[in-house]
Amino acid sequence: MAEKLTREGLDALRARLTAENAKAEQGGRQYVMVCGGTACDSNGGMALYAALVKAAEYAGANVRIVRTGCMGFCERGPIVKVLPSDVFYVDVKPEDAAAIINEHIVGGQVVTRLLYDKSQAEAGHAGQDIDFYAKQQRIVLRHCGLVDPEKIEDYIAHDGYAGLSKALFEMTPQGIIDEILASGLRGRGGAGFPTGKKWAFSAAVEADQKYIVCNADEGDPGAYMDRSTLEGDPHAILEAMMIAGRATGATKGFIYIRAEYPLAIKRLQIAIDQAREWGLLGCPNILGSDFTFDIELRFGAGAFVCGEETALLASIEGKRGQPTPRPPFPAVKGLWGKPTIINNVETLANVAVIITKGAKWFSSIGTATSKGTKVFALTGKVKNSGLIEVPMGITLREIIFDIGGGIPNGRKFKAAQTGGPSGGMIPLEYLDMPIDYESLAKIGSIVGSGGLIVMDDTDCIVDVAKFYLEFTVDESCGKCMPCRIGGRALLNALTRISDGRGEPADIQKMKDICQAMARASLCGLGQTASNPVQAMLRYFMPEVEAHINDKRCPAGKCKKLVQYRINPERCVGCTMCARVCPVGAISGKVREKHVIAPAKCVKCGQCYNTCKLHAIEIA
Amino acid sequence: MDKKLIHLEINGIAVEVPEGTTILDAAKKVAVKIPTLCHHPDVKAWAACGLCVVRNGNSPKLLRACCTEVAEGMKITTHDPDIVQIRKTVTQLILSTHPQDCLKCPRSGVCELQRVATEFGIREAPFPRPAIEHVERDESTPSIVLDPDKCIKCGRCAIVCQDMQNVWALEFIGRGERMRIAPAAGVPLNDSPCIKCGQCSAHCPVGAIYERDETAQVWDALRDPQRFTAVQIAPAVRVALGEAFGMKPGELSTGKIYTALRRLGFQAVFDTNFSADLTIMEEGTEFVNRFTKGGALPLITSCCPSWTDWMEKYAADFIPNFSTAKSPQQMLGVMAKTYFAEKMGIDPARIHLTSIMPCTAKKYEITRSEEMQASGYQDVDVALTTRELARMIKIAGIDFTALPESPADSILGEYSGAGTLFGATGGVMEAALRTAYHLITHEELADVDFVEVRGLQGVKEAVIDIKGTKVAIAVAHQMGNVEQVLDAIREDRKAGRPPRWQFIEVMACRGGCIGGGGQPTLATDEIRRMRMEGLYQDDRQSAHRCSHQNPQIQKIYKDFLGEPCGEKAHHLLHTHYTAKPIYNT
Repeated sequence: MAEKLTREGLDALRARLTAENAKAEQGGRQYVMVCGGTACDSNGGMALYAALVKAAEYAGANVRIVRTGCMGFCERGPIVKVLPSDVFYVDVKPEDAAAIINEHIVGGQVVTRLLYDKSQAEAGHAGQDIDFYAKQQRIVLRHCGLVDPEKIEDYIAHDGYAGLSKALFEMTPQGIIDEILASGLRGRGGAGFPTGKKWAFSAAVEADQKYIVCNADEGDPGAYMDRSTLEGDPHAILEAMMIAGRATGATKGFIYIRAEYPLAIKRLQIAIDQAREWGLLGCPNILGSDFTFDIELRFGAGAFVCGEETALLASIEGKRGQPTPRPPFPAVKGLWGKPTIINNVETLANVAVIITKGAKWFSSIGTATSKGTKVFALTGKVKNSGLIEVPMGITLREIIFDIGGGIPNGRKFKAAQTGGPSGGMIPLEYLDMPIDYESLAKIGSIVGSGGLIVMDDTDCIVDVAKFYLEFTVDESCGKCMPCRIGGRALLNALTRISDGRGEPADIQKMKDICQAMARASLCGLGQTASNPVQAMLRYFMPEVEAHINDKRCPAGKCKKLVQYRINPERCVGCTMCARVCPVGAISGKVREKHVIAPAKCVKCGQCYNTCKLHAIEIA
Repeated sequence: MDKKLIHLEINGIAVEVPEGTTILDAAKKVAVKIPTLCHHPDVKAWAACGLCVVRNGNSPKLLRACCTEVAEGMKITTHDPDIVQIRKTVTQLILSTHPQDCLKCPRSGVCELQRVATEFGIREAPFPRPAIEHVERDESTPSIVLDPDKCIKCGRCAIVCQDMQNVWALEFIGRGERMRIAPAAGVPLNDSPCIKCGQCSAHCPVGAIYERDETAQVWDALRDPQRFTAVQIAPAVRVALGEAFGMKPGELSTGKIYTALRRLGFQAVFDTNFSADLTIMEEGTEFVNRFTKGGALPLITSCCPSWTDWMEKYAADFIPNFSTAKSPQQMLGVMAKTYFAEKMGIDPARIHLTSIMPCTAKKYEITRSEEMQASGYQDVDVALTTRELARMIKIAGIDFTALPESPADSILGEYSGAGTLFGATGGVMEAALRTAYHLITHEELADVDFVEVRGLQGVKEAVIDIKGTKVAIAVAHQMGNVEQVLDAIREDRKAGRPPRWQFIEVMACRGGCIGGGGQPTLATDEIRRMRMEGLYQDDRQSAHRCSHQNPQIQKIYKDFLGEPCGEKAHHLLHTHYTAKPIYNT
């Protein structure tokens, strides 16, 4: 059992850890940081870690192998970073472990074949030297890749719990709220409500019990910002919740996390246990102050609607996860009727560093109304997909073309979807618009929690809208009628259109349903569920009309509207297409031109994907 | 403490309401009707339908009027082309999922969805019906039918079942399009903790929950020349049946009902008020015996079958406290097939007795246990609800409001004012106190009105002074209010002190039987108060105000039953209760 830390004890511990590390580094100790995010882990990261440890032991190298949180460049994982020389390796396999240890750590030679760009061998070797990282700025993910998330000592050595200490001994609760207000931090869960204001609401209410809830019920398809933050820096969330507790008078916190995040849950529980052991949590007089706070985990079953505040609280209370009317707002009347602050993971991840570095520093980043950075899960048709953190105000073009490396396979950019199923598709004309809360709202999308999906000209906008509606129809709790029935009616209309049964009148019907859903639904899920359709009708009318009037899908995605035919100029009679056709719709002899019988064709697209000569065309 | 007044404008009309008032209620004050579908004043706003959306100022975000409280300076617009179009779309969406078979629906004409569709002038169905999984009707209970295909999932029934009634039989199951409201854990309703109170059916805006229709059996009996058809009407029916014919709630129509029943073909028309007097003789004597000679106290009334069902399921530790006296319905049943049969020389096997009850649970009570066949035959053959009787009268072409009045048939028809009070919360208590006073003091009360037990307050308490003997009583109605009363007694038991009350009345439905689950639908507290007032008027104008003064009651004890709580009475008029653990598989 470790001793309970006091304020002075914490400072002394940090000083000791820093001195020990400096001494070890002077003695030639190096670090091999292995990305331990879920993406790298599932791509051989765990075996790589084990191989590195074994190789280091065998070589007797003066090195610490650290499994860190997500470094973001998931496209090229597993990622390994060597410190202090700051060399960034990509696509590292367990077999490469010996080379990294023997050649680099022991031999002092960079393993050039593992660099992102072999030309880096001459330029810089660091992550920052590659385009993917050049425009990023890491505040939320500041410790991901730098610390072992399962070691509280690593966190403390990197200024961990300094924010809490400052908040407890150098600031009043009102002072903390003022600092957060002045920083301009806004909720990162999607709606962008000023965090300080939320805290102030709760602080103003007299109550015998208040709560802080961390919303870790990340549910947007393809989004994993919160998971990565929790996996990489769990103590930062605990510290922030405690600071929020101090500011508002809460003494109890819950982290509501989906059960599908086992690694994040494991690391959070380790962090909670460690913090309790050191007297930072779950005891009276934390750090020797008069403050007490404790945190428990609560698991969600993966219902998207439980990310909505009131549904989330109902779920924590053990009730059915469905929204209730607001007001009363949770900040005034939340968990078991008590004032409850609900902050998203990413919001909280900013708190401790705002306290230590100050509101002024934070508010210098970003735009006039949107401060700080935003983490995005960049996926879809980009070369470099992964987890990125960028200053607010950056443009979509910079994200997609500079960080993301542009659209692969020489295709053309068509749209980007922010905000997941609650957002809208952003067309080409807005690529240079700065990303902030107001700008995105103006064009019918939202910043959202951070999903960013890029589409190219092979993506059909009706099909994309259908995909999102399928998701929201499935995830609607079913309580309120505009959402439950409207979502299905929209999805059915989209299905008719993509099946070639659309009618011109469907446009107005969809507009009416969108209005009803957006304005008469009870919660955010229903109110935003029609956004993809609204964006479709706003920016991509010609494509929708092509489906309805010409029974044609310009992207060639809507199977029922597609006609495959073989271009005789290109066909060499290799028979590949005829062999993969599941219904025998393609005829032709070896080395003779092949023909598709349209009546037989089921438009599965197998031939199209198989033909290497691009002889199969979509009409 | 007076609440702060809030000033706002609704459609440009200034309005001033107390803090905490909803926009919906504020609008009513200035004669503005905001449409609602899921909302019902009995339960907290569930906010499911989205029809009540209104705009505040120029805000693009609309507010739900049903659950948004007024704020100083609000400028509310309730109707503009945008809002009306949104409401219309939502209604059309709801209609797209609802079976279009209004003509065959038990709720046709009194359906709230129909009303909304009519009010919005819906003439088109722009949205095709989505694929909806058919779910079989649940006809497992003797009282209520669930028709999931008609359910619009407004949530009212489940909230009523859980919050108002504390029964927890109905629950939301599944999510999204597959969400449905059904007995928890998907069991048949009869295997759930359902107490058959029928409040779900009384609150359902459409035809998704309704009483089991047993009029066919009654028609058959009426047409069978071999049967001697008798009928009884419960106290609460006389102040509510008229509503189905456009009469005002609470308007007494006892005489018209007797006439209508005769025109339907019933050969003998009895009044459950008579047997209510009989119940008082038994229960009053039982109370005085326990109070003066010792026995389980508090004595708790048991004439409400939903309440006894709830108690057997959730509070079996109170079985010894229950009055063993049968309910008035059952007492009349056994008297009809013994005393009446004997007097009239009719073979009791020929007698077919129909009850007209404000209650769906009475359908369950008639076969509750073997003791419901104390006459040697099933004492009551069919129990119809007020709603079913209204339908029979309509089918028979009887112009109800224009009917002349007629009296009930003697010997089981005459009643005291005390008997009629059974239909309102506090009524059994009031009637029992009137007679208990007499039994204890052998004197008559100068003032028979016990106003402390009247009204809609959930739990009413009083200490009654019977010539120096103090009796502490409690009256609870609406099942959700009952557990706190039982818990208080449990607390007394735990502390080893005598119970704080000696006599407790419980009725499962809000307002008592006048608010019963078988009464005309859409009752609100306003309607309940009017119905209650009708009963008090009936009491005031009665020749006798106390059960023991009813000459027919005196006669029946003299000629047939002997002493109250005597051996014969015990055999015919009393019953027992047993614990029924729930979800016991």
